[in-house]
Amino acid sequence: MLNKIYDWVDERLDITPIWRDIADHEVPEHVNPAHHFSAFIYCFGGLTFFVTVIQILSGMFLTMYYTPDIENAWKSVYYLQNEVAFGEIVRGMHHWGASLVIVMMFLHTLRVFFTGSYKKPRELNWVVGVLIFAVMLGLGFTGYLLPWDMKAVFATKVGIEIAASVPFIGESIKVLLAGDTTILGAQTLTRFFAIHVFFLPAALLGLLAAHFIMIRKQGISGPL
Amino acid sequence: MSNKVSRRQFLSYTLMGVGGFMASGMLMPMVRFAIDPVLQQSGGGDFIPTSQKVDDLTEIPVRVDFTIKDRKDAWYYSDVSNTAWVYKNGDTIIALSPVCKHLGCTVNWGGDETHPDQFFCPCHAGRYMKNGDNVKGTPPTGPLDEYEVKVEGGLLYIGKTVSNTLV
Repeated sequence: MLNKIYDWVDERLDITPIWRDIADHEVPEHVNPAHHFSAFIYCFGGLTFFVTVIQILSGMFLTMYYTPDIENAWKSVYYLQNEVAFGEIVRGMHHWGASLVIVMMFLHTLRVFFTGSYKKPRELNWVVGVLIFAVMLGLGFTGYLLPWDMKAVFATKVGIEIAASVPFIGESIKVLLAGDTTILGAQTLTRFFAIHVFFLPAALLGLLAAHFIMIRKQGISGPL
Repeated sequence: MSNKVSRRQFLSYTLMGVGGFMASGMLMPMVRFAIDPVLQQSGGGDFIPTSQKVDDLTEIPVRVDFTIKDRKDAWYYSDVSNTAWVYKNGDTIIALSPVCKHLGCTVNWGGDETHPDQFFCPCHAGRYMKNGDNVKGTPPTGPLDEYEVKVEGGLLYIGKTVSNTLV
């Protein structure tokens, strides 16, 4: 049945070469854990992506209940965690996954650094990777405020003060982030929500695409 | 077709099985989370007191407003006002829901001048007889819902809606 549907589409659109191109790529011996177990360090990039996919999925589902409003944010988080089936699990996935992304990304960075994979001709991919790192930290920072509990508010207060310490433009960055010159409140929350849910994920997807296209184009770096 | 499972088949089945198991383990909590409202038991059924004295009711439907106190809407609690059209049919008290069965607008008794003894919905000119039966040839596809009622201390109490039992 599925085969017939596939054949029907393939006959018209010739989709086989598309996924073949994606699926068929060289996996050299020195990055294959089946050959050298120590090659598992080459898995961290893929694991980062895997956790990112979980973050995107669980985040999409969380927004079905979450409300980016200072009156209701905490209440909606409390509700979805304690009164909705599997709420604790789904929020837990997003909460722990957020930390895990950073850990995996850091390990991936270490692997790239110590195998010298950032060297010519792969400098651009390193640069894109660093940008992804920054976007991920931004996602972590903006997401931290969303439950709108005491920890979130005061952590954001500190974070915004740090941003404000940037020379010359610090004060502008602060107002841009908080939405007000003095108050950390209603506008801060809606801004952080928009940044967390729309702006940074869009940037992230673009950067990830660039990251993957480059690695595919250049191939995996050689053995040590 | 031999019964032997080839190495390639074995691998692809195992990988698909394990992969499917992992993917479903990941997706199941999220899907269950999302469909929770569908599976929630609809609570309620509490009778809500109104200020309508039962002795004042006649055969002519009157509008009775009542308020659901502190209604729980997920994390939001509020007082919600509601309406019933109430009349006496002999000794029994009939309370009809004002929600039109066409697209959910609110009906009025005698709202249409040419049909003073019918319920009328202003949105698309839907009409109902006094017992809630929808007038054929108008948009509604079924009769108005009924409220469960009880009397306590001479006052009318209104419960949850049930489908019309008079038609």
